[in-house]
Amino acid sequence: MNGFSGFSFSRWIGILLKEFIQLKRDRLTFGMIIGIPIMQLMLFGFAINSDPKHLPTAVVMADPGPFARAYVAAMRNSDYFKIVGSVNEREANDLLERSKVQFVVTFPPGFNRDLVRGKPPVLLVEADATDPMATGGAISVLNHLGIDVFAQDMPGLNRPSAPPFELRVHRRYNPEGITAYNVVPGLLGVILTMTMVLMTGLAMTRERERGTFENLLATPATPVEVMTGKIVPYILIGLIQVTLVLLAARWVFNVPMYGNLLLLYGVVLLFICANLTLGITFSSIARNQLQAMQMTFFFFLPSMLLSGFMFPFRGMPEWAQVVGNVLPLTHFLVLVRGIMLKGNGVNMLWDQVWPILLFMGVVLALGLKTFRRTLD
Amino acid sequence: MDNAPLVIDVAGINKRFGDKHVVKDLALQVREGEIFGFLGPNGSGKTTSIRMLCGLLTPDSGRGTCLGLDVLTESAAIKRQVGYMTQRFSLWDDLTIAENLDFVARMFGMKDRSTVVDKALDDLGLSGRRKQLAGTLSGGWKQRLSLAACLLHHPKLLLLDEPTAGVDPKARRDFWEEIHHLSAAGITVLVSTHYMDEAERCHRLAYIAYGTLMASGTAVEVVTGQHLHTWEITGTGLQGMGEALRALPGVDLVASFGATLHVSGKDRDALEATLKSRLRDTPLKMTAVPPSLEDAFIYLMQGSQDQFQG
Repeated sequence: MNGFSGFSFSRWIGILLKEFIQLKRDRLTFGMIIGIPIMQLMLFGFAINSDPKHLPTAVVMADPGPFARAYVAAMRNSDYFKIVGSVNEREANDLLERSKVQFVVTFPPGFNRDLVRGKPPVLLVEADATDPMATGGAISVLNHLGIDVFAQDMPGLNRPSAPPFELRVHRRYNPEGITAYNVVPGLLGVILTMTMVLMTGLAMTRERERGTFENLLATPATPVEVMTGKIVPYILIGLIQVTLVLLAARWVFNVPMYGNLLLLYGVVLLFICANLTLGITFSSIARNQLQAMQMTFFFFLPSMLLSGFMFPFRGMPEWAQVVGNVLPLTHFLVLVRGIMLKGNGVNMLWDQVWPILLFMGVVLALGLKTFRRTLD
Repeated sequence: MDNAPLVIDVAGINKRFGDKHVVKDLALQVREGEIFGFLGPNGSGKTTSIRMLCGLLTPDSGRGTCLGLDVLTESAAIKRQVGYMTQRFSLWDDLTIAENLDFVARMFGMKDRSTVVDKALDDLGLSGRRKQLAGTLSGGWKQRLSLAACLLHHPKLLLLDEPTAGVDPKARRDFWEEIHHLSAAGITVLVSTHYMDEAERCHRLAYIAYGTLMASGTAVEVVTGQHLHTWEITGTGLQGMGEALRALPGVDLVASFGATLHVSGKDRDALEATLKSRLRDTPLKMTAVPPSLEDAFIYLMQGSQDQFQG
């Protein structure tokens, strides 16, 4: 039972060489071997940052005095905030709900006067805390800023240990900073991306690989019948998955649901369709099931990492955000969190819906171009 | 049968895949009720031709009809009346026998499906195994099931692409009995094959090589059309004789058949003279025999190779 008895080195070399030759022929696998590590290095090394900076912030300036302006300037200089403009209260709330800004800082009327009089005014900071990880660093910086700024500008005072105003932070949508509020709705998108792209990709290539596609095409069934007939079951599967996750979100994780459930399902359906389109396109390009699976993985990895699911979207550098914005998952996450945690209505969704539609359109065009209607 | 209407009547059919010219100017006429054999070496364009006839592929150029329908524009209507059996088993392994038949019946929009399927199962003798997964059937049974599936919708034309590849002799014989049975019932059958005995069972034949139609007609016509003269050589010490003869003047073809050697050539006198002088001092005997279909085909295949490689 000695596995090495009669071990032939030249035979062994033969097997080795054959493996390399086959590997070289399979371009996609070869691409995976090289591409995945590079992709991971780029994503983990450069794109991901758990201490996000340059967070978009709106200012509600009810008292535009020198102290307030100095404080805003200090916020800008701190790198943590990107001041997007001065707005009124109603606009500020709208920006927060639409996920356009991460923070709204409100300087109340009489802010400067109260400061001078030594009567600590209230500085209200509202944070979009749906993703607790995204706001932590910035909030802790706000206190220090208050001490530093006013130490310089009010030299008459001794260097205080606390800012001369009361910093009131409202962590909106997720006041207790519960991670599950953010992760569970996000999982909805991740699960759908994985199963929808993979299942449709495999469903079509399986027929081709086994030769049954030829039989199907030889019947009077039209391509539209074949395509839609093969896809609809997966739409149903997707909806079942969503229902399971939502039930778990409600009863196991106690994630609130402020928005309209029907609206949520509408958005889910759009997202499912976008992923199915991609799956079909993969299946028309892939020659076998393995390739379809590899393509899915190539798409899934950046979807997980660049969409804002695992790491705060705004913590990523510009280029990564551009890539992330192409992915449907990025927009779907904003939509789901918006509907579930912020109670967003129909009128607030368009900003995230059109990128998904665009993605779908482009992928569909690509798919139709490569879809082999007959066997050639 | 010569007066029967044409079921397939195509001419000038061409198909290219990239820069490969797979079918060149194919012309084919098949009459109703005929068993038409489609022969040729591997990769000669048989499968592509069949796929064009049943509407799976659109020819790049050419014209013609299949069941009176235009092959270029009416492929959808053709599909409804044609039974196409693919070279590879192409029913679904993970469906049961009955589910496969039911699915096919649905695809062809058949009414009263359960009756149709039950009858097909009875005819097959598979009623007792209807719930067995198709993937677990043996090669012979898979082939019979495939045939039953493409007969479900009562096609007028059957296109069979190497239906008996990898099937044992008994199953092959039964299969051909069935084909003749169908032909007698008025169904036209176009069947591609590599087997000579099957070719001889066809009413008419076409030989295609490298995308070009080389010969067609009845088996006898194809054989006589090559104008070959054949001698059969028998006796002991036959080994090596084939190689020795191949290069000699007048010898166009040498084929071994176990204990005998077939030597053929176009020039009767030259071949006879060569053989006589070569065999003079050996114990081998030579007899003039009519060339067989196989001789004719191997000769055709050689010719086409010379033409395309030389």
